[in-house]
Amino acid sequence: MDTDRAALTRLPRWTVPTLVAVPAAGLAVFYLWPLATLLGRVLSASALLDTFRAPGIGQVLWFTLWQAIVSTAITMVVGFVPAYVLARYRFRGRRTALAIVTVPFMLPTVVVGAAFLALLPKGWHGTALAVISAHVFFNVAVMVRLVGAMWAVLPTDLTAAARTLGASPARLLRHVVLPLLRPALFAAGSVVFLFTFTSFGVVRLLGGTTHPTVEVEIVRRATQLGDIDGAAVLSVAQLIVLGGVVWWSARWQRRASVHFSAGPTTRRARTTRERRWLVASLSLTIALLLAPVAFLVARSLQLGDGWSLQAWRTLGRGEVRPGISLGADPFASMFMSLRFALVATSISVVAGGLAAAAISTARRHGRLLDAGLMLPLGTSAVTIGLGMLITFDRAPFDWRAQWWLIPLGHALVATPFVVRSALPVLRSISPDQRAAAITLGASPLRAWWEVEIRRMRRPLAAGAGFAAAISMGEFGATTFLTRSGRETMPIAIDRLLTRAGAIPRAQAFALAAILLVVTAAIIMVAEVGEVGDA
Amino acid sequence: MTSRSAKSRSFTRLAVVGAIFIPMVAACSAGTRATTITMVAYDSFPKSGTSLNEALAGFTRSTGITVEIVTAGDTGTMVQKAILTSGNPEGDVMWGVDNTLMSAANDGKIFLTDPIDVDFGDVCVNYDLKWFDDHHVAPPISLDDLLKPEYKDLLVVENPATSSPGLAFLLATVARYGVDGWQQYWTALRHNGVEVSDSWDTAYVDRFSGSAGSKGDKPLVVSYGSSPPAEVVFANPPITTAPTGVAADTCFRQTEYVGILRGTKHLDASRKLLDFLVGTTFQKELPLNLFVYPVNKKVALPDVFTKFAVVPKNPWFVGSDAIAQNRQRWQEQWTQIVLR
Repeated sequence: MDTDRAALTRLPRWTVPTLVAVPAAGLAVFYLWPLATLLGRVLSASALLDTFRAPGIGQVLWFTLWQAIVSTAITMVVGFVPAYVLARYRFRGRRTALAIVTVPFMLPTVVVGAAFLALLPKGWHGTALAVISAHVFFNVAVMVRLVGAMWAVLPTDLTAAARTLGASPARLLRHVVLPLLRPALFAAGSVVFLFTFTSFGVVRLLGGTTHPTVEVEIVRRATQLGDIDGAAVLSVAQLIVLGGVVWWSARWQRRASVHFSAGPTTRRARTTRERRWLVASLSLTIALLLAPVAFLVARSLQLGDGWSLQAWRTLGRGEVRPGISLGADPFASMFMSLRFALVATSISVVAGGLAAAAISTARRHGRLLDAGLMLPLGTSAVTIGLGMLITFDRAPFDWRAQWWLIPLGHALVATPFVVRSALPVLRSISPDQRAAAITLGASPLRAWWEVEIRRMRRPLAAGAGFAAAISMGEFGATTFLTRSGRETMPIAIDRLLTRAGAIPRAQAFALAAILLVVTAAIIMVAEVGEVGDA
Repeated sequence: MTSRSAKSRSFTRLAVVGAIFIPMVAACSAGTRATTITMVAYDSFPKSGTSLNEALAGFTRSTGITVEIVTAGDTGTMVQKAILTSGNPEGDVMWGVDNTLMSAANDGKIFLTDPIDVDFGDVCVNYDLKWFDDHHVAPPISLDDLLKPEYKDLLVVENPATSSPGLAFLLATVARYGVDGWQQYWTALRHNGVEVSDSWDTAYVDRFSGSAGSKGDKPLVVSYGSSPPAEVVFANPPITTAPTGVAADTCFRQTEYVGILRGTKHLDASRKLLDFLVGTTFQKELPLNLFVYPVNKKVALPDVFTKFAVVPKNPWFVGSDAIAQNRQRWQEQWTQIVLR
């Protein structure tokens, strides 16, 4: 019967190669080739030793490592309670709370950097503390999502049993809950570590010149010292570390994975004490997450000691002195960002949609493309931008002046999100449905189109939302690819923040507030789309 | 029947989406007109509304060549960006590479022909006259003076890795104390509480107490020998004496160049622009717009310049070969000594 069905639903031989062609070619030209160029730069460079012997490199590496470890540890502690509360309790406003907690993760790094500049006192700017607090803000969402998901399915009878046997809450946590949660804690920890290890926008704005990480140092070497070889060496070294961490965590997780088949375990708070505790812990988390955003908006309305709308009013006319512009036009940057986001989203939806269809149709061989498309996610954005810049610099492939190079770089980072939204839907479709369609007279290709491809519309729309948000906020790759006069919003915010005077600073906060609202709205709509589909 | 109409509906939708997307995408790649050339300049070059721009408009009227100005950050950022885009530049002509960065520009092969010098100026420590009067302290004169205890915590400098006046000031100390001596000087300067800003802008406008309307609290700053006349020109309400002075033995001579970028598609028009930029019509607008000295000797300096600007007799100087060989290493060493 099974073989009959396989024969019945078999698609023409050219289906998969046709689908694969575009995403695979894009990946090869715009990701693998630049990566190979970077590797070549490192292998041919005698600079390999020079780079690691350069004064201060040790400090950069050490700071990168310890801030990532400390950020991860603090994130896990801070995110533990909200993860528990949101996973286990049912209450009014739960979805809103969940959204407020998870949206920061997708916010543009420059917006978060600007928000913390607005929030923290001047003395904190340029300190490790500023960097770490912004990292915690960013990544609490990871704890809530990954650990919360596991906590939600932990069977309650286990903990009930332990309590009946006389275990104190502390003992229960240590000997029952934590061991059960270990795989999720480990997964969340490694994701947070990877993000904070390669963090760029936040460190650039908050760490200043005194606390660079490897990412910031790569950009400094390439764009200020003119040391491309050194930048390439650091990029590749970082990539190797990232690869190692990913491989190790994947292996560990496979060994440690535990499966539960409990249904949802959420319940309402029973006692007054429980209710009070729930309200207190959630309000504290939400207040901590909303504070930087509130300060960002407030500071855009402040000039000197008083309140003023001047920054918002003069947003389109960025003059410091007669004739001297701010170096980046805030209004023009908005249109530039919207335009790039539109193109980047179109590219990622087409490439991601084709890839998802190919991966699900090819089943076994699809895994290779799946893994390949994930690679850009594991590569730092700065590395992607640097690689593209030094690869496409010779005719006939000199594309440095082409406007589409920037949205293409964005699409490279965004496409995996589109694939991730579409694949679960495709995989959930039973082959029987296609067989049924064929039995009713459709050709295999037609059945495949009607049953599988048409269902991708909603997940693709959600994926498009994520892609748009990513493109609007992308900063690392754009730093390298941007051309003067074509600044995007994150680039304009960065440049306004480096200008002197109260007005450019207030304008930077205003522009960051706009970007924040736009991206947060896109993300929320996309998340609703995705949730509605699951 | 129903499926066909559904299909035609989705085709219609596709056509509508295409009709919206394609023009927007095409708009991004709008072509350039033959008579427009682009001049890349640093951020403080005026884009419109000044007599400098009027002079350029005169050039357009007589030649038919429109000059679009694109600003690309401070000089250091602009030059490194030009190196990374060498051969496929952001414009046709670049204004403002100076002698501290010329070696990097040449190594990066950014210019098609040898760039020509257009203006010069001096990078010097400026002081806030009022602050020193109020505190009954004599302002410093030399680099040695800056290490004295009475000037502790008073000086703000620019980071030489990110700012061109910052680099010029570092080179002044290299010239004064030698290639093996400047490190000790900066160690001592750090102990004397020197503050570092990433850009001239932040140092002068935000941190220096002597600039107009500033809330800064540092009465000493690395700026230009021509900053005092700039304070007079932009003062509102008008003033008759400069509020700031210049420490004459701290100066480094900076010469700015303009050149045609390799990869230009408008070589003839660019050549015409270069000729215009060194001609008297344009050069006479330089002092009061960019606060630099014109190289064209036929141009007379405005009064406010001759009165308030300081032209040191013997500014510090480092040869371009020495800069070419050591710049990167010096910047790194400086970062280690002062920032880390």
